[in-house]
Amino acid sequence: MEGVESQIADWRAFVANAPGINGHDVDELEDHLRHQIAELNAAGLTADEGFLIAVKRLGDVDGLSREFAREHSGRLWKQLLVGGDEEPTRRPTGWAETLGFAVAAAVVVQVARLAAELPEEEPTWLMRNAGLFVLPFLAAFFARRRQLDVRGWALTASPFVVAALVVNLYPYDINSATEILVAIHLPVVLWLAVAYPYMGGTSRSHERRMDFVRFTGEWVIYYVLIALGGGVLMGLTVAILEPTGVDVERIAEWVLPSGAAGGVIVAAWLVESKQRVVENMAPVLTMLFTPLFAVMLAGAAVVYAVTGLGGAFDRELLSVFDALLLVVLALVLYGMSARDPSTSPTWMDGIQLVAVVGALLLDVMVLGAMIARIGDLGFTPNRTAAVGLNLVLLVNLAAAAWLSARFLTRRSRLHRLERWQTTYLPVFALWAATVVVILPPLFAFS
Amino acid sequence: MHIDKDLVAASATPLVLAILAEGESYGYAILKRVRALSAGELEWTDGMLYPLLHRLRRLGYVTTEWRTPPEGRRRQYYMLTDDGRAALADQQRQWVAVTRALNDVWPGSGGLLTALGEA
Repeated sequence: MEGVESQIADWRAFVANAPGINGHDVDELEDHLRHQIAELNAAGLTADEGFLIAVKRLGDVDGLSREFAREHSGRLWKQLLVGGDEEPTRRPTGWAETLGFAVAAAVVVQVARLAAELPEEEPTWLMRNAGLFVLPFLAAFFARRRQLDVRGWALTASPFVVAALVVNLYPYDINSATEILVAIHLPVVLWLAVAYPYMGGTSRSHERRMDFVRFTGEWVIYYVLIALGGGVLMGLTVAILEPTGVDVERIAEWVLPSGAAGGVIVAAWLVESKQRVVENMAPVLTMLFTPLFAVMLAGAAVVYAVTGLGGAFDRELLSVFDALLLVVLALVLYGMSARDPSTSPTWMDGIQLVAVVGALLLDVMVLGAMIARIGDLGFTPNRTAAVGLNLVLLVNLAAAAWLSARFLTRRSRLHRLERWQTTYLPVFALWAATVVVILPPLFAFS
Repeated sequence: MHIDKDLVAASATPLVLAILAEGESYGYAILKRVRALSAGELEWTDGMLYPLLHRLRRLGYVTTEWRTPPEGRRRQYYMLTDDGRAALADQQRQWVAVTRALNDVWPGSGGLLTALGEA
């Protein structure tokens, strides 16, 4: 039996290395293997023969790994990368091609900058179109990477074309509030439009939507890292060149926008190809920040509940609150996407519930204050956009709190909560699109 | 007799659910039961059972528990939940519908539906 033990150990090490299969799975498979070997031995086969047949019956490790990866896409959210029987093996887009897209985005941004004659003038069209300079390249990058067909490319392009038309044909007033709202909401719409090529030309698969959520979170991490590095580089460049009398401002004018635009594509490529690096970091970051935000939110909710709303809710504070609620939602969504859905509730889920309930209370208070303001002063574009966003958040948070409470008391599955969030994603896109397309004419472009 | 790959895959979920409806079980025992039930006609790649079981767990059809039986190694047991029972009932309805349709166009195989417990 000695020989078989070492063979099993070798087999175990080999299987454990396969992507998508974790320690518990290997335990389970090993138990199966040993049962099978024992039975074959009892039937008269030698230990060696038994081992060979049992391993063969378990199936080849590549196929197994693929099946496990498909089921546990969260454990290894590369199922788009894992070559499958049905999925055509994707030609990896190399760094050269990535660089091409990044440079193209940077060039467009620079052309726009020169046309706008910054910094002497600051035309509002520049701000309005900001998302349109870069994100189409990201969409094209994914459309190419996922090898979409003509129809896929057309569907990928259409939201961008529509957005470009709407944003540039609407006759906004000078100092128009709707124009600023468009500038804020358009990048959100376009980012969610990138989801379509990212998901390989599908939009219904919940698993892939979750992948896109993960992608978004990791993209943010990479982008911030790139921005930090770029900041250090720029700072040092300025420090070194300033004494020589070189016009540093001119350099910054060229480097900063190009870097910011190119970084969008490069970060996306990094997320795709260097996943293992950030894969380990992301759950740690959410682990770290979810409790901190939970404490902060619970504290803030209590403080505001005690002190009452009073005059505290002015316009500035309202936007801060909206930003906060969005960050919490992002954190929860991302924490969920990084979680192994099959495990039972842990203390982290409890903390997440605290964060969601805190956010929910704050949202209710904000909404109350806003509706009171609208009752006094009537609708304006800003108030409408803010109320809409808060309502969208309220529904999401309320259902999330309800489902996660049920999950914690083991009356529901995490799966339900995930489904709710992935089902809800298009609502965000729809609302942002409403603000971009419908709100300006509604308020006569004021 | 060779059973088509797609058919094997389609029948896997109801089969596993039905076996777990008989009582909790673990991977190897489930597979043995499948072999016994189909008299060896249903050829599964053993390992593929596990991703399937894990999918059922994610959907909430089964719960799991690691236990160490007195004489053996630590292993994971699978238990059917109420959701799982509902899913099984649903699957049964679907299979009955399919079998009934086949039954109607295949004269002479009248025993099928009786075997499924509904006629």
